[in-house]
Amino acid sequence: MNIDHEYRTDISSGWTRKHILGLQDLSKDELNIILNQASEFKRLAAIGETKLTPLAGTVVANLFFEPSTRTRISFGLAAKRLSADTVDFSSSGSSLSKGESFVDTAKTVEAMGVSYVVVRHKTPGAPQLLAQHLDANILNAGDGTHEHPTQALLDIFTIREHFGKIEGLTVTLVGDILHSRVARSNIWGLKKLGAHVIVCGPTTLIPSDISRMGVEVSNSLDEVIARTDCLNLLRIQFERQRGHFFPSIREYAHLFGMNKQRINKAKENVLILAPGPINRGVEITPDVADGPHSVILGQVSNGLIIRMACLYLLHLQRTSSLGNPG
Amino acid sequence: MKSILIKNGRIIDPSQDLDLQGNLLVEDGIIKGLCKETTAAEEVIDATGLIVSPGFIDLHVSLCEPGFEEDETIESGTSAALAGGVTSLGCLPNTSPVVDDRSSAEFILLQAERAANCNVFPLGAVTKNHEGKELAEIGQLVAGNAVGFTDADQPIENAEIMRCALEYTRMFHRPILNRPQVPELTEKGQMHEGYYSTVLGLKGIPAAAESIMVNRDIALAELTQGRIHLMCISTKNSVSQIRQAKQAGIRVTADVTPHHLALSDQMLETYDPHYKVLPPLRSQEHIDALIEGLKDGTIDAICSDHTPHATEKKTDEILGAAFGIIGLETLIPVCFQSLIRPEHLSWSEFISKMTIGPAKILGLDKGTLAEGADADITLINPDITYRLEPANLKSSSHNSPFLGKELQGRAEIVLVSGQVRYRAET
Repeated sequence: MNIDHEYRTDISSGWTRKHILGLQDLSKDELNIILNQASEFKRLAAIGETKLTPLAGTVVANLFFEPSTRTRISFGLAAKRLSADTVDFSSSGSSLSKGESFVDTAKTVEAMGVSYVVVRHKTPGAPQLLAQHLDANILNAGDGTHEHPTQALLDIFTIREHFGKIEGLTVTLVGDILHSRVARSNIWGLKKLGAHVIVCGPTTLIPSDISRMGVEVSNSLDEVIARTDCLNLLRIQFERQRGHFFPSIREYAHLFGMNKQRINKAKENVLILAPGPINRGVEITPDVADGPHSVILGQVSNGLIIRMACLYLLHLQRTSSLGNPG
Repeated sequence: MKSILIKNGRIIDPSQDLDLQGNLLVEDGIIKGLCKETTAAEEVIDATGLIVSPGFIDLHVSLCEPGFEEDETIESGTSAALAGGVTSLGCLPNTSPVVDDRSSAEFILLQAERAANCNVFPLGAVTKNHEGKELAEIGQLVAGNAVGFTDADQPIENAEIMRCALEYTRMFHRPILNRPQVPELTEKGQMHEGYYSTVLGLKGIPAAAESIMVNRDIALAELTQGRIHLMCISTKNSVSQIRQAKQAGIRVTADVTPHHLALSDQMLETYDPHYKVLPPLRSQEHIDALIEGLKDGTIDAICSDHTPHATEKKTDEILGAAFGIIGLETLIPVCFQSLIRPEHLSWSEFISKMTIGPAKILGLDKGTLAEGADADITLINPDITYRLEPANLKSSSHNSPFLGKELQGRAEIVLVSGQVRYRAET
């Protein structure tokens, strides 16, 4: 069954970008195309059109050089929903330790007829490197502490669903900004769409000169919560903690944890996001995580359609540049 | 007795305060002095349109042999030196094995003699195997002709070891060359800490990591009356501390590399590992301070800090890539672009940072065109423009951020001890 004709094609017109490496590179129009395309896929899913065919016959490679469960599953399913074949490569260790370079590994996989490469790597800039060396369209699934564009897009999509807009909202990113690729991508995307962004965390976890990215910096959640429309609670990355960014988990939860008392100070319709996996009792108490303001599970399902939208748009770019649509 | 007449060049010799259009006579490998255009000589070199400078002295260069011949050899590295106008260089001891005993130093000299390119002066290790724990046999290394002591890219971390090294080398009248960098603040760092490290998600190296050790080294030089040379300084604060120390009469000298003057941390935006170097490329305020330090004499010398790496060490993901930039062959054009064209330094001031400045630091009787000096002479073509291509490099490694760039100025003809050792291809 070919249902290509059944969904709107005007949404994606104007998309010419070959790779999605980060939200820093994308224009406001491009961000809106992705969000609108995701809305369209969500609409189709709601009427039971869950299996689409535009990528039938193509191969999507998921190259995960860093451990991931959620993002890897989400990308795998997104590709399958679009009828692509998928190949998965996972390696938590350095590719160099096996004697083969990262680029060589990716080239080897590409030689198997792969058109789209989804890549996660611990090294910032690794997707850019593949974009230079491969012919495939590259989709960044998280590169070190640089960017995680699809996570930020799904956060922004969720906020837009809830408020109907992004412009004029105040979004506060809470926690470990220093080590967060999610924070960086969210800042670029939200700023371009007209939000006011506050980064809030302990001084040790706010990186140098971040205000030059156009954000407000705060070290007190209590001070900013009342004027915040959406809180995005970044995960405290225990694996990156070396014991001196803050003295204890208890102290962190005391200063920056989202709990009942803080919810009471917040706007009535405040939205709470968390990219997960969440540490219950650290960034967020269970009653808040499972409470009415939280859309944490909604984010996960939106992640699937955002990744479908990204793959689909890269596919449109590829087929139009080959002059061989469909 | 062979005589060479270098005629009708712009002779610039800061050691004699000389900048004039004239002719220079060389006899039997020694500078004879200025002469008439009509002076008889067996060989005549027409220097019309060229600058005649004392041969350049590069304070610290990695030649990688023995142990890392995939990156560079003494033969290839000294060829690259000549192509850059360098007639004498200090050879870093960061080889494998480390140059921490006399025989290792003598091996460097033997290979340099076989290569018969430029003069090579070994730098010996301060500590055995660069481990920072015990002093190397400094007296034995002096007997093997080491002209200074350094643990190369390893900062001398332990203040007590540094104190002893400064005291001990005093009796040999040799300097200690240190790379100031506090290890705790640089661990896993990839680039200068600032706005760009934040945006790029690369761990930053704060400017303070350097300034803290500069401060310590100055204090120890004052305590010991030893001679400290700070390599590759890169921060505003380092410059002002060194300036003050010099005013106080402390025996401290410093150098800077051309790439730290020409490039800023913003270059890392491409994630190109060719911009990954230690100390890291800094932001504009630091670059401005370095230029100021060169102008007022706080910084004594310019040094390539030539650090070759084979292609496979420089082309993959940035976290795995090695630190370092080759610089011998781009000394002239990069300094022209960042210092001379914008009129921060005159040709004469630049040449002094490449000749008499480094000669004083290493205690070499070179870097001058005065009568009786060794005839090490670099003829510079200041006007030629060209694109830097890998095929034209003499170095075995090509890790230069200036590849493919349009450059101006190069060494045209280079003499070592009165022999023409290099002529640029047309």
